[in-house]
Amino acid sequence: MRVAAPVLASVLTLVVGSVFFASLGHDPLPTLYAFFVEPLNSLNGLSEWLLKASPLILIACGLAAGFRANVWNIGAEGQFTMGAIAASGVGLFWPDPESVLLLPLMFVAGMGAGMAWAAIPAFLRARMNTNEILVTLMMTYIATLFLSYLVHGPWRDPAGFNYPQTALLPTAALFESFDPAYRLNPSIFITVVAVFVMWLFTDRSFLGYKMSVSGAAPLAARYAGFRESAAVWIGLLAGGAAAGIAGMAEAAGPLGQLSSQISPGYGFAAIIVAFIGRLNAFGIVLGGLLMSLLFLGGEGVQMTLGLPSALTRIFQGILLFFLLAADFFIFYRVRLVRPARDTHALETA
Amino acid sequence: MDLFIAIFTGTVIAATPLIFAALGELVVEKSGVLNLGIEGMMLMGAALAFGAVTAGYPMPVAILAGALAGVAASLLFGVLALTFLTNQYAAGLALAIFGSGVSAFLGRGFGSEPIEALHGINVPVLSDLPLVGPLLFRFDPMVYLALVMFAAISWFLYRTKAGLILRTIGESPQTSHAIGYPVIRIRYMAVLFGGAMAGLAGAYLSVAYTPLWVENMTAGKGWIALALVVFATWRPLRILLGAWLFGGMTILQLQGQALGLEVPSELLSALPYLATIIVLVLISRNRQMLALHFPASLAKPFRPAG
Repeated sequence: MRVAAPVLASVLTLVVGSVFFASLGHDPLPTLYAFFVEPLNSLNGLSEWLLKASPLILIACGLAAGFRANVWNIGAEGQFTMGAIAASGVGLFWPDPESVLLLPLMFVAGMGAGMAWAAIPAFLRARMNTNEILVTLMMTYIATLFLSYLVHGPWRDPAGFNYPQTALLPTAALFESFDPAYRLNPSIFITVVAVFVMWLFTDRSFLGYKMSVSGAAPLAARYAGFRESAAVWIGLLAGGAAAGIAGMAEAAGPLGQLSSQISPGYGFAAIIVAFIGRLNAFGIVLGGLLMSLLFLGGEGVQMTLGLPSALTRIFQGILLFFLLAADFFIFYRVRLVRPARDTHALETA
Repeated sequence: MDLFIAIFTGTVIAATPLIFAALGELVVEKSGVLNLGIEGMMLMGAALAFGAVTAGYPMPVAILAGALAGVAASLLFGVLALTFLTNQYAAGLALAIFGSGVSAFLGRGFGSEPIEALHGINVPVLSDLPLVGPLLFRFDPMVYLALVMFAAISWFLYRTKAGLILRTIGESPQTSHAIGYPVIRIRYMAVLFGGAMAGLAGAYLSVAYTPLWVENMTAGKGWIALALVVFATWRPLRILLGAWLFGGMTILQLQGQALGLEVPSELLSALPYLATIIVLVLISRNRQMLALHFPASLAKPFRPAG
């Protein structure tokens, strides 16, 4: 039954999407086709699909570890940005630009920066009792401004005609794509490993079990002696590490340099992916593929039909709305009862 | 002296959207519901109000349209959180993302031209007084409305029976339900009121403060409003003070840029966010102070039994 809600939500989102397209004067069926099928009609489309799904799945895996313990890291976007900044910094300024160590070093730098950015809210929540939702979000704004400062200031490419962007990363700092015609690159294997680690952690480890108990029944967890602060640290650091790595892979993959806009909102979309995937490793893979398709479809209809790219965010929101609502009908039995003196026409049992 | 007047008035104006949004959220949270979607509701309010002005509607209609947009958005959240008993964090986040998308969609035809901003009032004699006039009697009507809302909400929450019931529901919906209060209906009203206030906050930004339409123009103000409620430890007067503090920070940042301080503009822009973190830490460290006015049932779904 847990699978039913995401499927139902996706179908309902498609229905609302059709109505929406129709109301904009576009024939719904061809538009839906252009949104959801056409992007996957070519090898390049498939490559782009996986390329965009990869960071979403990777980040969602890290976030889900925290969400399971009721640790609400919604600042993955900032951790992603810091990961991309640190990795690019290594790639741009490492003394030997041809070193084979460059990519591994960037990996470590990206992961470390993402974790460091998440460690601040973790410390503040664990030691100072500060709400991590607000802190992670504020830190996202700060990370974005920091990126803007770097690409407008000290890291701006002197040969870049004053565009706010860094120089291109050296070849040794880039993932080489599988085929020069397409952008998909081996960084996708990082995501595959992350999904496996996530599965091991949540389904096969005592620590993961303790985290789930902390989320589902905090009092029971406390009684059993599971430390809440451990769940906070692990939850936030897992999300930070995953988002930092995703930022590194993005910089060393499709981007190849930093500019003031490096993410189409992967960090926020990954939150939805984690929920659609039911905070479960394999569900997240499916959720990531769906979300990636929303991004691709949004870009596609923007180019072919001139529809605004904001549609992607609208669909993301609707999908999450429906998912949450569908849960209700699956986890509760709805029966209508005659209103008594009071007004609760919809009674749940 | 002119600089002082500029800073003072600038502070009051910059604080106004925060006062609207945070007071609205205070009422919502006092009823035991946490709506994280303020940013989305503000953006919808901003887009609708701006759109109404560009379509030629008079200012009051436009502002009302903004408030109604906030109500409509909050209704989505209410249905999910109150009727469908979903996780309120997730529902609020969905609203934030959805509102940002819908407002960007609506706003694509607005262009980048500023509109004529909401006028300041002009009271005979008072507005022309030296010093006192510009300091107190030349703001636009929304600034005064925010203060009126502050007074009304303080009075409602702590001086009326309805306010007492609302706070009781926030403390213990079970008890309130047992006594016979319609918990869900009252929570709906609180959520819709919060939506209207967030919509007004957004409308203020787009038709009075900037007065422009830019995608995602709230730039985190909805989240800062959420932080303000925590900072204020759920008390109206402190929301007012907190909003002025943040408004002051925004203005100092602008003045700093104008004075050509040798600091990167990004650092100045980051100040409100940094400040939010710092004040949250300072307040949250003291668990007792936080717990004193904290609505005990906050963000816990409630299902009336039997």
